[in-house]
Amino acid sequence: MAKTTQPISTADKRVPEGLWMRCPGCENLIYRKQVEEGFGLCPDCKYHFRLSARQRIKLLADEGSFEEHLADIRTTDPLEFFDRKPYADRLAAEQAKTGELDAAVVGRAFIKGRPIMLACLNPDFIMGSMGSVVGEKVTHTIEKATELNLPLVIVSTSGGARMQEGILSLMQMAKTSAALARYDDAGGLYISVLVNPCTAGVAASFAFLGDITIAEPKALIGFTGPRVIFQTIKRELPEGFQTSEFLLEHGFVDMIVDRTNLRSEIAAIIDYCGK
Amino acid sequence: MAQTVCLEFEKPFAALEEQIRQLEKVQSDRHVDMSAEIRDIRRNLVDMIRKKYSSLTPWELVQVARHPARPLTRDYIDAFVSEFRELHGDRYFSDDKAIITGFGRLGGEKVMIVATHKGRDTEEKVACHFGLPHPEGYRKALRAMRLAEKYHLPVVSLIDTAGAFPGIGAEERGQAQAIAVNLMEMSRLRTPIVCALIGEGGSGGALGIGVGDRIGILQYAYYSVITPEGCAAILWRDAKMAPQAAQALHLTPKDLIQLGIVDEIIPEPVGGAHRDPREMATVLERRLTSYLRQVRSQPIDTLLENRYERLRKLGPVTSEPLAAPSGAPTAPGAAAGDNAS
Repeated sequence: MAKTTQPISTADKRVPEGLWMRCPGCENLIYRKQVEEGFGLCPDCKYHFRLSARQRIKLLADEGSFEEHLADIRTTDPLEFFDRKPYADRLAAEQAKTGELDAAVVGRAFIKGRPIMLACLNPDFIMGSMGSVVGEKVTHTIEKATELNLPLVIVSTSGGARMQEGILSLMQMAKTSAALARYDDAGGLYISVLVNPCTAGVAASFAFLGDITIAEPKALIGFTGPRVIFQTIKRELPEGFQTSEFLLEHGFVDMIVDRTNLRSEIAAIIDYCGK
Repeated sequence: MAQTVCLEFEKPFAALEEQIRQLEKVQSDRHVDMSAEIRDIRRNLVDMIRKKYSSLTPWELVQVARHPARPLTRDYIDAFVSEFRELHGDRYFSDDKAIITGFGRLGGEKVMIVATHKGRDTEEKVACHFGLPHPEGYRKALRAMRLAEKYHLPVVSLIDTAGAFPGIGAEERGQAQAIAVNLMEMSRLRTPIVCALIGEGGSGGALGIGVGDRIGILQYAYYSVITPEGCAAILWRDAKMAPQAAQALHLTPKDLIQLGIVDEIIPEPVGGAHRDPREMATVLERRLTSYLRQVRSQPIDTLLENRYERLRKLGPVTSEPLAAPSGAPTAPGAAAGDNAS
């Protein structure tokens, strides 16, 4: 049993190329198409592979119901950031790789016939990190949910604030949280879905402000990443540290929901809390 | 004031200070008038310090922000908060000494102090976890802020932390959740909040008590999404590239004014707060008192609206179509990574 509570390694993320593949969860050889058609789940052990924001929307939203907002916004690279290579080049490479302009896709959707505002982060775009675009899209989604009096669902998966936009990324934490305060004052229902990995600046803002907090099984969730904690305290971390199961045990998530049941769980919660 | 520690770039100053000390000794021991010589060296010293401090690199500025002799929260409270009554504990787990909260008077007005504290000597540093708050620290801060809201006291937040504590206990007790809740609750706290960044403004750990109506930053303090070392370790895969990271992150007070993060740079004495802590405390007290005056005159709903708008407008985005990809990288910021000291 112990093994099953290990966090999913952040190194293996997406469904790899090729007809057959080995599942990092059960190490069985599995048919790739079966994984893709099964929303990134291993058919044998239900290992949760990473989903892009678009795949996530396909999984959650009623078919054809998603109406995207702010589809064309992108960062202005306000700091003209440059590390080993220019941020502008990094962005171009990520855009080419993912076909997205940044790390969030947001809009209006229906879940089992219930209208919602939906924001999904994209773990494949610079680690799903939050810069101004993610902050702006998430804030817009919250504000729209407030204005239209709709339930709000945010699927958070991110390495944290995006360093290449510096302090402006940090401020997106406060911006999104402030928008949630207003939504809360207006009596809105916010269902936060935490997906592997969900850490740092995103965890320490909107991801942990849900009225209801759902985690996918065995996700890595926390503030400081395990590697940094290990380097700081220089001793072994407890088994299962910072997994969804660990958070459930410590009282920080309401429930762990298998990806196959996510739609119906969200719909059920909306029926309890929605207006 | 006598300094036992000095930074690498301060060493030439220390040499001149030593000369002055020796001349003073000669003067008093042998009763010879050396005042002209001393005056010359002193003038020279001040010029040198002024010159150096007017052109600090971002990395040097970070060193000053962390200077071992730099005044800390407790020094400022002792200097200008009268009748300070410290309040302890978060009522859930413990009393995090990295966060100081309490009632006191500032410029005669009743306020609630909420601050991070690093600790001065080794014993205090260990007790304060070197100023890195745990979740119970953020919850302690929130408890104090809620009291302030209930009794209509403005909150005065002093920030000096490298970040929130990274550790097992901190994660078990919900570090991310504790910070997130503070961000949300501070944005709607129905009492004025004024903040001053007095040393290090490290990431979410600083922001966790840093949402407010007026935000000032000391001239040699910094505020960043991540420490330069942390950024360098991730993006350059080498913590020794911290000077370059400090440059790239735009973490200096001047950058922060330009980006609209802070309202004002609070000037420090020549050569930094550590060279004249008393003067620094006087200036900081004056600025905080002025912030309090500014926010007190506004109705709370206006204040909250402005507090929201201040955050809402941060984060430039564009919907201009992407330029056609070109072969050669032509980032205008390319120089930023190269000209750090």
